[in-house]
Amino acid sequence: MKVWALHLALIIALAVALAVLPPYPATTLARILVLAVFAMGYNLAFGYTGLLSLGHALFLAAGVFAAGLSAQFWGLSAGPALLLGVAAGGLVAAAVGLLALRTAGVSFMIVTLMFAQAGYLTVLYFGTITGGDEGFNLPAASRTVFGFDLSTDTPRFVAALVLFAVGLLASLALVRSSFGRSMVAMRENEERSRMLGINPFAVKLAALVLSGLYAGAAGAAYALLFGYAGANFATIQYSILPMLYVLLGGAGTTIGPFLGALLMFGLIEVTSRMARLWPVLEGMDYFLIGAALVVLVLFAPRGILGTLRERGLKWLP
Amino acid sequence: MTKGLLHPTRRGLLMAGGAGLLSAALPGYVAAQGAPIKIGFQLHRTGIGAAYGRWYERTAQAALKAINDAGGIAGRPVEILFEDDATDPKRGSEVVDKLTQSDGCDLVMGTLFSHVVMGSAPRAGELKVPYLVCSEGYHVASGMLNRWTLQPGITDVRSQIASMAPWVSANLGKKVTMIFPDFAFGYDHRDFFTAAMAAQGGEVIAQIAIPPTETSFTKYFAQIPAETEVLYHVMVGPAVLTFVKELGEFYGSGAKPQMFGFIDSLEAVDTATPGLEFLEGTHFWEAHNRVKPADAGEHEAAYRAAVGVDDNGASVSDAADIATYSHMFSTWETLFAIKAGMEASGYAGIADRQKFVEAMEAMTDLPYGIERPQGAKVFNGKTHQVFGTQNISQVQGGKLVRVHQTSMADGAYEDAVDYTTMSF
Amino acid sequence: MAFGPFFLLALMEGLVTAAVLALAASGLSLVFGVMRVVNVAHGAFFMLGAVLAWAVASAMPGQPAIAFLGALVIAPLLVAALAALADGLILKRLNYDPEATIVATIGLLYMIQQAVLALYGPNANPVTAPFELRLQLPWFGYSGYKLFVIVAAALVLLALWVFMTRTKVGLIMRATQVDRTTARSFGINVDRVYMGTFALGAALAALAGVLIVPIQQAHYLMGGDPLLLSFIVVIIGGLGSLRGTVVAALIIGLSDGVISMFFSPTLAKIIATLLVALVLVFRPQGLFGAKA
Repeated sequence: MKVWALHLALIIALAVALAVLPPYPATTLARILVLAVFAMGYNLAFGYTGLLSLGHALFLAAGVFAAGLSAQFWGLSAGPALLLGVAAGGLVAAAVGLLALRTAGVSFMIVTLMFAQAGYLTVLYFGTITGGDEGFNLPAASRTVFGFDLSTDTPRFVAALVLFAVGLLASLALVRSSFGRSMVAMRENEERSRMLGINPFAVKLAALVLSGLYAGAAGAAYALLFGYAGANFATIQYSILPMLYVLLGGAGTTIGPFLGALLMFGLIEVTSRMARLWPVLEGMDYFLIGAALVVLVLFAPRGILGTLRERGLKWLP
Repeated sequence: MTKGLLHPTRRGLLMAGGAGLLSAALPGYVAAQGAPIKIGFQLHRTGIGAAYGRWYERTAQAALKAINDAGGIAGRPVEILFEDDATDPKRGSEVVDKLTQSDGCDLVMGTLFSHVVMGSAPRAGELKVPYLVCSEGYHVASGMLNRWTLQPGITDVRSQIASMAPWVSANLGKKVTMIFPDFAFGYDHRDFFTAAMAAQGGEVIAQIAIPPTETSFTKYFAQIPAETEVLYHVMVGPAVLTFVKELGEFYGSGAKPQMFGFIDSLEAVDTATPGLEFLEGTHFWEAHNRVKPADAGEHEAAYRAAVGVDDNGASVSDAADIATYSHMFSTWETLFAIKAGMEASGYAGIADRQKFVEAMEAMTDLPYGIERPQGAKVFNGKTHQVFGTQNISQVQGGKLVRVHQTSMADGAYEDAVDYTTMSF
Repeated sequence: MAFGPFFLLALMEGLVTAAVLALAASGLSLVFGVMRVVNVAHGAFFMLGAVLAWAVASAMPGQPAIAFLGALVIAPLLVAALAALADGLILKRLNYDPEATIVATIGLLYMIQQAVLALYGPNANPVTAPFELRLQLPWFGYSGYKLFVIVAAALVLLALWVFMTRTKVGLIMRATQVDRTTARSFGINVDRVYMGTFALGAALAALAGVLIVPIQQAHYLMGGDPLLLSFIVVIIGGLGSLRGTVVAALIIGLSDGVISMFFSPTLAKIIATLLVALVLVFRPQGLFGAKA
């Protein structure tokens, strides 16, 4: 009960924040919410199931381009385009999982990385359709849902919040289900769970596909809400990004991905503001992020919420 | 060393945790009359565009000083807020938000890399803030963007390329092999030069695309057909010098075709670098001559002095620091175009942003002057794109010497869009 | 160009790629083999080697050969010292936990990259080769320095092999690789072995960086591609197997050159990437690894 209340309180707090914040922080929060969905998906694979993937950019890009291209060439509106993006993320994750899950550990990391790299090059190869490295702007007509224009503030904020809330509550329900416990069993001890009659391959594949659905949804939503699709979303940076969010906030915690995304945006914002006062900090945001990672892994290796959970808040999901 | 660096960082992390949202929540404010005009500058300070970004910042600073020294814009002082976009489209779009909504900038300018322009333009359109890019991409004039996006400071790549064909076919040869990067920028070269060559009775006999992740190039040179008369090359990114050096090694002392390159292959690189001797006698497109021509215009010296560039196109403080000379003038000219547009529209504050765009669209002839050191231009209000003349230079004694200047007509093409019919 | 010379050129280019790759990947393989640490900052060490070579060369204008020899010594030593420091301050305190070290080395990578950007700048700067020699074949010219890179890399790898198999230190490293606990109970100072291994791995990356910089240019983002390729090579070769690493580097290097003869280059990259991924899928222990 306490757990559900906490999550609902977070969603309500975010709704209030979106309503009262000035335009810039509110828009930034909407971006954070969509990327947090991506990170929540990554968390299902990595944080709960122990699958360290370096290929999630591929699933994100699948969502970006499924939504973007269907809007561009078939004139789909945002609703169907989003669903297509979700499906594309899941399908690509299933295809990658069927092959890559034959490996584990570092090999899994590298195989997913290579599939993502092949995906990135494929986007470039079909540049006449995908816009290649430049990408393309989504047609304005497609960026509507139920008559609301997603390129304006309020509908955009509501859409981002709804997507985030659905993702958050679904992942909470999931990790508290028996399937969620099977996922954690994969992470903790695959051999023992096999003896308990769990099929490791099936559980890991299902977790990866779920993860892909989240990534696809986030990619599609990002393209539809901010109007741009491009090959950049398929590059390795976008595989590392959700990993950083998750590790920062706390792997294997439901709210950790959001918290990590929020802090990372905050860190960049603060650095850039401080750089206006002290030019020595110009362009140093990633130096500080790197240092923050090192500090984090030394002093709070479970991430912020993971550490809190260890230090007393045992009920934190 | 590591330990010392960690300390301020922990503080930074705490500040991010505590004050991140708070500081993000600082309300943007609306510039009042008489207050400075604030121009947001999307800068490639980090990422692959950083070598260009540095010079874009220097040139913009110089133009800013020149404008303020002459009384600012409509009597108001001007300031520029530079913000790093990490040469990344997602970050670029966030930077447009920040400069517009949080910093209250009157408009946003400065972007070079095409994907950052594409990623940012939708937000500029939604925020209804003028977005003036310095990119040379064909994205503006092709109609892919929106009414708020303009390119008043540099000719687009389509026109640049097309204007080269008459001279190349008349002076270097008719059978051309092209080498270009295997992505959108390269395709502009491939498509527009191939078409322009055909119009001149020439022919592109081979097109060699090089993958974006490539770091060694020799194996591709083997695909150059033996009957090639002209080798047309263009490359971008940190590996450009490798590309040109390996081209030299490949041909060595053997017979080689005429070579024609876009200076992008050597932007920020010294033509006298060891290993580039084979470039002697070859030709390059330059928008703005890096080495000051003997017959340079009257404002060339003042422009170089203001930016801090010597007659060889290097920084006055470091002769090894070569400017991105054929691109960076665009930030200077864009700032002066902003001044002209604001003064013509009677711009008083952000409520007049639409009037500013309309005033820009009404511009046509832009004569040569200190405002436009690269040369006279014509602005096409319908396509939001400016057009100017281009130069062809030859490497002589290790230096780029101008041998030809194109006419406006050489680079003309039919309008692909009329932005003025679109709504704001 | 006719098929024969074209093929020859592709092979020669492939060998150069393979040589540099083998050198960079051997360091990664060593670190992974002995310490079970995935060092994401490996590419940054490679880049540091190249940037330091540029710094040495700029300090000694006009003497490319001496500067190059100096860089061959100085750059790996400095990078090794930095790596040893990182090991002592960070990795050791993480107890070499696999996931924690990945995160820490990502952090290290960002810090090194941005520090280099701040101190060295965003330009790609050339370093003059130690000697000027061009081979003029009947069909094309070729850089003599590139052939030198192949020879130098082969010599370094040979020395590494002798070091690992014929010296006491190498024996200790291999013993630690096989069983850390037993090694410790035999009185081996595992901490020192780890620090030494991490430093040696970084030094090899830096050495590869010094060798490549007269061909490419020193640039703060140049570490990305070698990192990815080194990972691939190490895994294809079988984790921790030096012989496997060299063979895999040859396969990857040569196939990169040859596949690009037959397909459009970007398509060739896609095919090569997928092929390697499939090798890993169906033979996860790599070509030469005993078990995963």
